[in-house]
Amino acid sequence: MAVREHLRTLKYATWLGWQIESNWTKPWLFVAYSIAKPISATLILVLMYLVIFSSSLTRPDIYAFMFSGNAFYMYVAQVLFGIVMVIHEDREHYQTLKQIYIAPISFYVYILGRAVPKIVITTIAILITLAFGVLVLGLEIDLAAVNWGLLALAMIVGLICICMIGIALAGVSFLTAKHGMGINEGIAGMFYLFCGVVFPITVLPQWGQAVGLGIPITYWLEIVRRAVLSGSGVENIGGLQSYSEAEIFLFLLVSCAIFFVISLAIFRYADRLARKKGKLDMTTSY
Amino acid sequence: MVFAIEAESLTRTFGGKKGKEPLVALDNVELQVEEGELFGLLGPNGAGKTTLIKILSTLLLPNSGTVKVLGHDVVKDSQSIRRRINMVSGGESSGYGILTVKENLWMFTQFYGIPSEVAKRRIDEMLASFGLMDKKNSTLRTISTGQRQKMNVVRGFVTDPDLIFLDEPTLGLDVNASFIIRDYIRRWVKERQGKTVLLTTHYMLEADELCDRVAIIDRGRILACDTPANLKKGVSRNSTFSIVTTPFKDVGGAGQLPGVKGIEAKEQPDRLEINFVLEDESVIADIISYITARQGKVLSLAKSQPTLEDVFIQLVGRGLG
Repeated sequence: MAVREHLRTLKYATWLGWQIESNWTKPWLFVAYSIAKPISATLILVLMYLVIFSSSLTRPDIYAFMFSGNAFYMYVAQVLFGIVMVIHEDREHYQTLKQIYIAPISFYVYILGRAVPKIVITTIAILITLAFGVLVLGLEIDLAAVNWGLLALAMIVGLICICMIGIALAGVSFLTAKHGMGINEGIAGMFYLFCGVVFPITVLPQWGQAVGLGIPITYWLEIVRRAVLSGSGVENIGGLQSYSEAEIFLFLLVSCAIFFVISLAIFRYADRLARKKGKLDMTTSY
Repeated sequence: MVFAIEAESLTRTFGGKKGKEPLVALDNVELQVEEGELFGLLGPNGAGKTTLIKILSTLLLPNSGTVKVLGHDVVKDSQSIRRRINMVSGGESSGYGILTVKENLWMFTQFYGIPSEVAKRRIDEMLASFGLMDKKNSTLRTISTGQRQKMNVVRGFVTDPDLIFLDEPTLGLDVNASFIIRDYIRRWVKERQGKTVLLTTHYMLEADELCDRVAIIDRGRILACDTPANLKKGVSRNSTFSIVTTPFKDVGGAGQLPGVKGIEAKEQPDRLEINFVLEDESVIADIISYITARQGKVLSLAKSQPTLEDVFIQLVGRGLG
C-alpha cells in the first residue's frame, strides 16, 4: 500500500480521534477537564509523598524522580487506554468497526491515527503537570540543562513502543469485550510496578528487577528523566546508574524492537482468531 | 461468464466445544453470482444469510470450502477484495454520532481514496437522492432512525463499489424510507454496467421486486436458486389457498394431511390466517373438514397467485414469519 494512502488514513483517523476526544462538550469545559484531570491525578501521589516526608527539600532528587516518573507514566496509561478504547468504542458504541475493518486501509495506521490525539492531549497534560510542579510544588527543572536531543529521540522511540504495545492490546480487545479494559489496566499496572515509575527498581525482589529490565518502559523512563532532569542527580536513583545514556538508549532500542515484533505477532494472531471466531462485529453491551 | 461471487462447498459452524453440537450456519453452500446481477438471498432469521455476507465481505473466515469475491480468495487475498466492495447492514445504529452526516460520509470516502472533488459531488448528489440534504450538517445522533439508515445506505454506495452487500437494508424502516432505498438500489444497478448487488432480506416482496435471481436459504443450505419468475413457475403446478378461520386447535396437524405440501399460519387475536400449498385443489375439501372437525369456522377462502412466499413454503414446509 502506498505511503500516500497510509498518510491519508493517518490524517482522517487522527481527525476522527480528535473529534471523539474533544467534541463531547463545550471547548472551555474540554480545556478545563484536560488541565484539571492530569494535575489532580498527579497531586494525589505527590501530596502523599509530601505528607509522609514532610518536605520535598530533604531529597529533591528522589522527589524529582518520583514526580517525573509519575508525569511521564501518563503516556503509558493514557495511550494504552486510548488505543484499547478505539476497538471498544468502534465495535460496541458506534458499531462502525466492521465498516472500518473492511475499508481498504491499514488497520495499524488507523489505530495509530486514533492514538495521535491522545498523545497530543497527554503531552499537553504532562507539560501542565511539570509546569505546575516547578511553579507550585518545588520541582527543579533547569531548562538550560535539558538534553533536548536525547529527549526527542527517547520520546519518538518510546511513543512508538507504547503505541505498539497498545496495538497488541487492541488485538486482544478484538477477542474480548468484558475483560478488554481489565487487561489494559493490568498491563499498565504491571508497568507501573516493575518499570521504576515512582520508586527505583532496586527495591523490587530479584525476579521483579529482572521483569523490569525486560520492559522498554524502564529504559524509556530512565532516559527521559536523565534528559529532562540533567544534573539533578536523578541518574543515581533508578538502579541503572552503572550505565551511560548511550547504553540505556541502546537497551531501549533493542527492547523496543523485541516488543515491536511480539506486539505485531499478537495483533496478527488475534486479528485472524477474531475473523475465525466471528468477533469483529460482536456487540455485547459491555 | 464472469462471476462476482463464487462459493464452493462453503461451510461455517459456530461453537461445538465441550461436547456440544456445533451450530451449522452454512452447510456446503454452492453459489455463483454473475457480475452485474442484483442477486437476492431470501431466508428467515438464522438461515445463514448474514454469516454468508460476513464471509464474503472478509469479516469472517469459513471453516471449509473456497470462496472467491471478484476473483480474489476471501482468506488469502482479503485486501484486494476490500478495495472493491462495501457493505450496509440494516437495523443497526452504526455511525459516529458526534459527527455530522456529511462528515461521516466524507471520512469514509477518504478511507476509500475517493478524490475530494468527486467525493463532495457524490455526497451531495446522493444526499439529495435520499432526501437528506437538509440533514447534511446535522450530527448523526440528532437524526431519526430512518434517516440514519438512509445515511448508512449512502455510505455504502458513495464509494462506488463493484460489489455491494446489503444485509436487510430496509429492516424496520417505514414504507417511504424503504421505497427510497429500494428505488435507489434498482437504479444503481441499472445505470452502472457491471456493478453487482447481493441483497439479503426476509421481505419476499422486496426480493421479488428487485432481484434478477433469488437464492432461497434455510438452515445454512441453499434450497433453490433461479429468477423469481422461474421459482414461481415451479410452484404454480401446485394450488395455493389462503384460508381465514376462527381459532382452532392443532393447526400444524393440517400440514400432515395427504396432499398438503406446505403450510404457514399467522395468528391474529380473533382469527387464523393460513396459507396452504396443495398438490391438488381437491385436497381443500379435506382441509375444510379438518378445520370444522376442530370447531374452527372458515371465514374466507381464496385461491392465490403464487408468490416467492409460496415457493419458500413449498421448499421448507413453513413460512418466514
